[in-house]
Amino acid sequence: MVAIDYTTALPGDRSPRARRVAFGLAGLLLLTCLLSLSHGASGVRLDAALDAWLSGDAMPDRDRLILWEIRLPRMLTGVLVGASLAVGGAVMQGLFRNPLADPGLVGVGAGAGLGAVLAIVLGGQAPAWVAAWLGWHMVPVAAFLGGWLSTMVLYRVSTRAGRTSTATMLLAGIALGALAGAATGILVYIADDRQLRDLTFWGLGSLGGASWPKIAAAGPVMLLALVAAPFLARGLNGLALGEAAAHHIGLPVQRVKHVAILTVAAATGAAVAVSGGIGFIGIVVPHLLRLATGPDHRYLLVNAALLGATLLLLADLIARSIIAPAELPIGIVTAVIGAPVFLWILLRRRGLVDM
Amino acid sequence: MLTINDLKVSLGSTPVLHGIDATAVAGRIIAVIGPNGSGKTTLLRAISGDVPYQGRIGLDGVDLAALKPWELAARRGVLPQAATLAFPFTVAEVVRLGLTSGTQAARPDLIARALEEVDLTGFSGRYYQELSGGQQARVQLARVRVQVWDPVQNGRARWLFLDEPVASLDIAHQIGVMRVLRRFADGGGGVVMVLHDLNLAAMVADDVWLMHDGQLLDNGPPGTVIGGVGLAAAYGCPIMANRLPADSATFVLPHGLWDTRTADEAAPVSRFQAASVI
Repeated sequence: MVAIDYTTALPGDRSPRARRVAFGLAGLLLLTCLLSLSHGASGVRLDAALDAWLSGDAMPDRDRLILWEIRLPRMLTGVLVGASLAVGGAVMQGLFRNPLADPGLVGVGAGAGLGAVLAIVLGGQAPAWVAAWLGWHMVPVAAFLGGWLSTMVLYRVSTRAGRTSTATMLLAGIALGALAGAATGILVYIADDRQLRDLTFWGLGSLGGASWPKIAAAGPVMLLALVAAPFLARGLNGLALGEAAAHHIGLPVQRVKHVAILTVAAATGAAVAVSGGIGFIGIVVPHLLRLATGPDHRYLLVNAALLGATLLLLADLIARSIIAPAELPIGIVTAVIGAPVFLWILLRRRGLVDM
Repeated sequence: MLTINDLKVSLGSTPVLHGIDATAVAGRIIAVIGPNGSGKTTLLRAISGDVPYQGRIGLDGVDLAALKPWELAARRGVLPQAATLAFPFTVAEVVRLGLTSGTQAARPDLIARALEEVDLTGFSGRYYQELSGGQQARVQLARVRVQVWDPVQNGRARWLFLDEPVASLDIAHQIGVMRVLRRFADGGGGVVMVLHDLNLAAMVADDVWLMHDGQLLDNGPPGTVIGGVGLAAAYGCPIMANRLPADSATFVLPHGLWDTRTADEAAPVSRFQAASVI
């Protein structure tokens, strides 16, 4: 009998590769951030601005305005929204044990959108203390509540005895999305002209409206979700075995599920509140990472945040440079890239049930 | 020691277990046998902490209901009947999931050791979904084993609760798994497993619990339970029990396949016969 060395790394342990990928993605994100800051319709150059700053010269007011009030908030919003969408998707897929569970596809995005529209149209009718208490936060908080409610309903409907049916989940998602869409339609109908303008800009799905007050309002919610997600990693890994086995290996299953639902709602709600509907980041990013480094959520969640942020910034760069000085809604760019990838995922799934 | 007092379990509005009293001692292998629907799996789920119950279940003097999930996980591993897995994990990654609790987490060498134990050395890099049913079952057993690797920890026995651990295995691997369980019990750990194969139960178990209609019909050493009159009555078919002349191990055979007598009429056949047939 051959002696086995138990201490060497086993084939099949993909964590070293996942760690290397994390470093690579972090570098890539940094580069993309610089690219996002230095590119734009106005032709302000980042290197020139940096030179000026380092040599102590005063930056021209116009350049500072563009960098500080337009490009920097836009970049930060892109990072936060991209990371939130990707992490929200990864957490939701882990919770539902299904790689097709994307907040945008199964009605959670629509529910969050309904919350946001409710706040925009009827926010003025809210009691004064609510308005005073929430202030700028009203739209993201309402979007979070809408996302939370739809995630809860979806989970209740599609999960029986710890098993989620893909068909039920997708069909229930269609119903939830239609319901939220109808309610949103009613609200649009009763909205006044100023609200309609707000709604239209918001609904385009764009980072164009990024501003410091918006970051201050929705950023903390997204940050909370991004910080909470890594703590879910062990729980989501266990849930992959099913709820019973997750309990057997020592996980507080109900708590994991509740925190996961809240995280999905916070990530999706805040992202939708800031940027409208941006599709496919939540499904494409986790899927690519599972192919590259495996489904271990200890690495998947962190890497999804990095890759999601990078991809959304790149999509934004394409959206605002392809027909400059005008810009495409970013949702169009992510859909054009994401939808074919999604179809490819469906094709690859044949054979492997519940990949 | 696992003590079960007046255990009652209902699934939905249907009562499934009607007051079970039993005791299992660490260091011994308990085989739970009985016909389909007699409550074996429900009993295993109850002692695993999976279903709400009335009555009392004590694990080494502690009330099961008072233990947190992670405290339970440090004391017992559970192998469910059917294991599903979402997402394309490799074999090594699946086994690793068992390492997340208790004090075994600091021992990554256990993954290779557990895979060796279930005869899957060299499979660590394979995708779990691409394995055969029997290989998947052994991966799941390895996962459960790393969770409670040492049969005794800090002077306290640890337990393995297994539902049909060999249902999909070939005969060589059935024996291999039984050896794993034997070593665990000999090391001071407790083993409670549901088994369908009466001959395997007779060969391996120190004690047999015979379930029927949500009740414990009989319990004791395999020779008395599997050789007893209760067996044919519980299963509702004629069964012949006998002993091998070599080591007087009990074995059973279905008896009189074309016999049209009812189980009650045929039941006496299951009394021990002389080993003359062999």
